[in-house]
Amino acid sequence: MTTYTTIAEDTRPLHHPKTWIGKYVWSQDHKVIAIQYSLTAVGVGLVALVLSGLMRMQLAFPGMLEFITPDAYYQFVTMHGMIMVIYLLTALLLGGFGNYMIPLMIGARDMVFPFVNMLSYWVYLLSVIVLMASFFVPGGPTGAGWTLYPPQAITEGTPGAGWGIIMMLTSLAIFIVAFTMGGLNYVTTVLQARTKGMTLMRMPCTIWGIFVATILGLLAFPALFVAAIMMTLDNTIGTSFFMPAIISNNVALDHSGGSPILFQHLFWFFGHPEVYIVALPAFGIVSDLIATHARKNIFGYRMMVWAIIIIGALSFIVWAHHMYVSGMNPYFGFFFATSTLIIAVPTAIKVYNWVLTLWRGDIHLRVPMLFAIGFIFTFIHGGLTGLFLGNVSVDVPLSDTYFVIGHFHMVMGVSPIMVVFGAIYHWYPKITGRMWDTMLGQAHFWITFLGVYAIYLPMHYLGFLGVPRRYYEMGETAFVPESVHLANVGITIAALTVGAAQLIFFYNLIYSYFKGRKADPNPWGATSLEWLTPDTPPAHGNWGPDLPKVYRWAYDYSVPGAAQDFIPQTTPPGPDETPHDH
Amino acid sequence: MSQNTHVATEPHSLETLVSDWSTDQEVFKKVQWGKAMMWIFLLSDTFIFSCFLTSYMTVRATTMVAWPNPSEVFALTLFGENIPLILIAIMTFVLISSSGTMALAVNFGYRRNRKATAYLMLATALLGATFVGMQAFEWSKLIAEGVRPWGNPFGAPQFGASFFMITGFHGFHVSIGVIYLTIIALRVLNGVYDRNGKYEVVEITGLYWHFVDLVWVFIFAFFYLW
Repeated sequence: MTTYTTIAEDTRPLHHPKTWIGKYVWSQDHKVIAIQYSLTAVGVGLVALVLSGLMRMQLAFPGMLEFITPDAYYQFVTMHGMIMVIYLLTALLLGGFGNYMIPLMIGARDMVFPFVNMLSYWVYLLSVIVLMASFFVPGGPTGAGWTLYPPQAITEGTPGAGWGIIMMLTSLAIFIVAFTMGGLNYVTTVLQARTKGMTLMRMPCTIWGIFVATILGLLAFPALFVAAIMMTLDNTIGTSFFMPAIISNNVALDHSGGSPILFQHLFWFFGHPEVYIVALPAFGIVSDLIATHARKNIFGYRMMVWAIIIIGALSFIVWAHHMYVSGMNPYFGFFFATSTLIIAVPTAIKVYNWVLTLWRGDIHLRVPMLFAIGFIFTFIHGGLTGLFLGNVSVDVPLSDTYFVIGHFHMVMGVSPIMVVFGAIYHWYPKITGRMWDTMLGQAHFWITFLGVYAIYLPMHYLGFLGVPRRYYEMGETAFVPESVHLANVGITIAALTVGAAQLIFFYNLIYSYFKGRKADPNPWGATSLEWLTPDTPPAHGNWGPDLPKVYRWAYDYSVPGAAQDFIPQTTPPGPDETPHDH
Repeated sequence: MSQNTHVATEPHSLETLVSDWSTDQEVFKKVQWGKAMMWIFLLSDTFIFSCFLTSYMTVRATTMVAWPNPSEVFALTLFGENIPLILIAIMTFVLISSSGTMALAVNFGYRRNRKATAYLMLATALLGATFVGMQAFEWSKLIAEGVRPWGNPFGAPQFGASFFMITGFHGFHVSIGVIYLTIIALRVLNGVYDRNGKYEVVEITGLYWHFVDLVWVFIFAFFYLW
């Protein structure tokens, strides 16, 4: 067995580009693909950010911006939601961080199929182009709400019911093809291409989160794919999968016997795992940020890994908690409420373990750590309101109010974005070889962190008052007091401030890329493999002539008796050291 | 035998299972990357077909109009006799047979029998193409009888919609498979895998082909027999 070399150790298959275009455009290097994915995702995310600013303007100052018609408002709602969830977060966390980190952290030279990986990016770009093109088709993009519920998504009167919805569904189907090509690569790479000594239970939590999230994606996106095909057929050739007999504008449509609820089931069978596709990589990354910057091993590593796996598995049996008010059998509500609340157990374990990792740690409040701790706050906050909405009887009055908006923005909008920022600050020195400016980073953190509370905390209050979401304007409604209008103005000011503060972030990254001081190869004293590459930024092929050998888990921080307060994963065990068998 | 039962009742057997999985470097030892990837892809594809079939069953349950009787709709008049499901029976037989020739091809591949492998793969592709051809015949017959995705003379409009969508998506898979098989068969014939020693490619192609056949069994059971 000693002579057996794995496929990963064979360096011959590696593709070596010669031209500039081969290196940076049609690149098969996982790091370049990761950057391409990230830049595209952030670019399209900025569009969604601007849309949210416009929506806030309308809510706070109705009618001030005249181009925001009711139709435009619904189109902004829809595009903002879909872009943020799928084209920004999913693409950035899996296509961006997944691509960059998996081969580096498990000690591989690249993904197992670099060509398929490259295709994945270009197909993703195509899906983004199709989505953006829907802004320019007759009737504009779809305004069906990001959940695209039929029958309204494709009936007359909904903005974009002609072209817009078809562009959206097409773009989603293309995205799923792109994701599948990338996802197969990520899973196979983690399973089959790890370096010597890198057992699954020695992988950093980052990889565990990305790995399980990718599996979720591969099993959940099919439901959306099927739903997209069926709705396209309903819309174009007149099938009736989702369309019941319906009268629209006094005309009976040529549909009958379909099931709108079926679409909701398919959509949420994808949609709920999607929450964890975004959350699990964030969970994993934040575990590593906290351990590294608190100079302590992550508390309960095995438990953390199992919690990720259990959350991933449970996420497939909770989808109908999005449908309590859709007219479901109450016994279903009972089942889905129970499974939903059970997910709180592994999730709470993770939160306790993060806090226990911080407990008596040697905490360095560097910018990535600030964002990691900020994440714990926003995530606990959003998680607790999730308990409200998971219970049927509490959810019914809160459904479709601003409470829901506040909840899911805290838990799956702000929280993963906090981790994304933390992760970018954390790995920026490795990716670019330069160091960012600390003052600007701190300013960025504090404005963002305090700002999101100023945005979303009042929304919970609005929700309790019963203010419905997705309304173009409140007008003179008896149950909506004056304080709601005041709160809306405050929220909008906070939202625009936070939006503008992101310019600090981009300025910091761009300026530092050219003018920042040269970064140390391992500025945080981290243990995992990506910090131990011979070159910073890592060169094509990542490692020198030989792959690194791993002797320990990624969390040997502040080991008593060790020379430094961290021991890299490649350091063999000392003579009087009992190896940490994780 | 007794040793096996001993392992199964061992209190730490779950732990051993976990440590086997989390073993060094490769979870599936000496398994080609392509083979692992094909298995994972097929798992994902299983979810696509499951969603299609579940959706079909749901609309069949929700539609207000009676569902057409498949034995009558899919009957053919041969030699003056009306035989229910005869075409689909032949199609199923052809496709299942193609799994047999594929399995033989994989076997000959591992024996490094270049010609037998290639010809058996081409035979598999031919059977697959026959299946698609018969499906085209079935489609045109139904279309001639007035079955459309948006309605049909026999009953619920969802019948035609589900039929064309599901058999269409499956037929698309078979067509891709025929192309895939032909390409790999020609590469086998040219000795590509004799030179690089990667005869697993034949098995990977086989995995896809058997999957497409297996899916057909479910479509056959849920759409034609129910």
